[in-house]
Amino acid sequence: MSIIARNVTKRFGAFTALDDVTIEVATGSLTALLGPSGSGKSTLLRVIAGLDTPDTGTVEIGGSDATRLPPQRRDVGFVFQHYAPFKHMTVARNVAFGLSIRKRPKAEIRGRVQELLELVHLEKFADRYPAQLSGGQRQRMALARALAVEPRVLLLDEPFGALDAQVRKELRIWLRRLHDDLHVTTVIVTHDQEEAMEVADEVVVMSDGTVAQVGAPQDIYDNPVNDWVMTFLGPVTNLKGALIRPHDLVLSADSTAESIPATVVGVTRLGFETRIALTYEGQELWAQVTSEVADQLGLAPGSTVYVRHRGPVMQVTS
Amino acid sequence: MAETPTAARWSIRVVVLGYLLVLLVLPLALVVRRTFAHGISPVFDALTTSAAAHAFQITATVAGVAVVANTIFGVGVALLLVRHRFPGRRLLDAVIDLPVAVSPVVVGLALTLIYGSREPIGGWLTRNGLQIIFSLPGMVLATIFVGMPLVVRAVAPVLEEIGDEQEQAAYTLGASAWQTFRRITLPSIRGALAYGVVLALARSLGEYGAVAVVSGRIVGQTQTITLFVEERFDNFDQSAAYSAAFALAVVAVLSLVIARRIRPAGGTA
Repeated sequence: MSIIARNVTKRFGAFTALDDVTIEVATGSLTALLGPSGSGKSTLLRVIAGLDTPDTGTVEIGGSDATRLPPQRRDVGFVFQHYAPFKHMTVARNVAFGLSIRKRPKAEIRGRVQELLELVHLEKFADRYPAQLSGGQRQRMALARALAVEPRVLLLDEPFGALDAQVRKELRIWLRRLHDDLHVTTVIVTHDQEEAMEVADEVVVMSDGTVAQVGAPQDIYDNPVNDWVMTFLGPVTNLKGALIRPHDLVLSADSTAESIPATVVGVTRLGFETRIALTYEGQELWAQVTSEVADQLGLAPGSTVYVRHRGPVMQVTS
Repeated sequence: MAETPTAARWSIRVVVLGYLLVLLVLPLALVVRRTFAHGISPVFDALTTSAAAHAFQITATVAGVAVVANTIFGVGVALLLVRHRFPGRRLLDAVIDLPVAVSPVVVGLALTLIYGSREPIGGWLTRNGLQIIFSLPGMVLATIFVGMPLVVRAVAPVLEEIGDEQEQAAYTLGASAWQTFRRITLPSIRGALAYGVVLALARSLGEYGAVAVVSGRIVGQTQTITLFVEERFDNFDQSAAYSAAFALAVVAVLSLVIARRIRPAGGTA
């Protein structure tokens, strides 16, 4: 089911969380709302779910106007940042909640819960309480609970925000695979650009309650609309007053027509990648090269290296 | 905790224990001794007279109705205070504690001023067959008033602590407001609610001042057990007075024991 939020504005007192935002989410896609905290991404998700009411603007789900519908009747699955587990219920009863509200037959509920617990690899934990689960397990339980009622759209609010880095990476890959199997229209809110690039088909970059850019992950990374988006999406360094990705700086031992001589200040090896801190005419910049290249060049503090660039360059405007 | 008691610590303990002994334990012990001075049978006889039995019945009725009313009202007000933002919320929050500050006698007088048969509202109600003052409805109103804050103050902090994310999750899963309350909110506050109810019950059973004013103390009609104790005592029927007092104390202690057992299980702070 497609989702369209049109000209949505939402204020909390004097704070404008969403300022005339319009987005479209295609049926069956996995879209990330990406932005720093306070950019309005979570508010937009809550407006789509019906948990917050927009001051102006409309929300369409599956082609029909849902602006005035309460959350109960929007047919959305929502996963909260802190999972919101029902603490007094077992894992199985948490997952069964939406079905038992819909008064489905007991046998059907039992079968469906079993199916979902297998899907999220929690079949051995059916009789445990949420307090007895790890963060990652609670997250998967919340996902199974949201999926149980076969929602038209799945909304995830910073679903991996409270997990440690390793679990987070695993769950990301798992979520992407799950989406490829189920094809349910999914919107995920995140402040982590790597997460958005890795899982999403389409990324909506938000800042200060507005949409800064929309596009495929690689596309917005390669063609950011302004220096703010470029800086937010990945590492940048400053070369002669322009922003450039540090991996787009090419280092060589020999001078060419378009290269500039720079002095090596420091060399930091990070396994596969090596970061080179440089100065050029008193300006600091840094380059990202493979450790193999760094070894071939024999870079050491104090040595001179010739630098040229490829890829997009962004003149600093603000 | 393995602490070495110093002289200062010991003296604090002696003072505190002595204070409790003189003010609490000794009087209660004396009531028990006085009650059973002539064995069990006089106590049994004193508590089974028709006046005593009627007083127990009145107390049970008044306290029962008041506790039910305060439970429903208390949960409602706690939800209102914690889950909603509206003009006058802080005022309501403050007013809830009024019954703790105002003397019950004042409450009784205030109720008489509204519902007395010579007042406009009370007069109108009396003419239409509903007598409030010197009758059970007035006693229930007075008892509701004095017990009002107990359930609210027990439940509100727990509602605050559990937050509203679980309730929102229930909404997105299709649960109505009532289903969400029954299946999510109520089980989460169960411990705190039971604690508040027991406290409200203990307070209602022991109420004297407000009920004394509005009941008219009509023996055999509007006499609660606390009023019975006082009336018997004034009439030099010490056996009945002490027996009833003892019974009240037993119920109060039981309530406290139950409340203490509920509280840690409810996880309330």
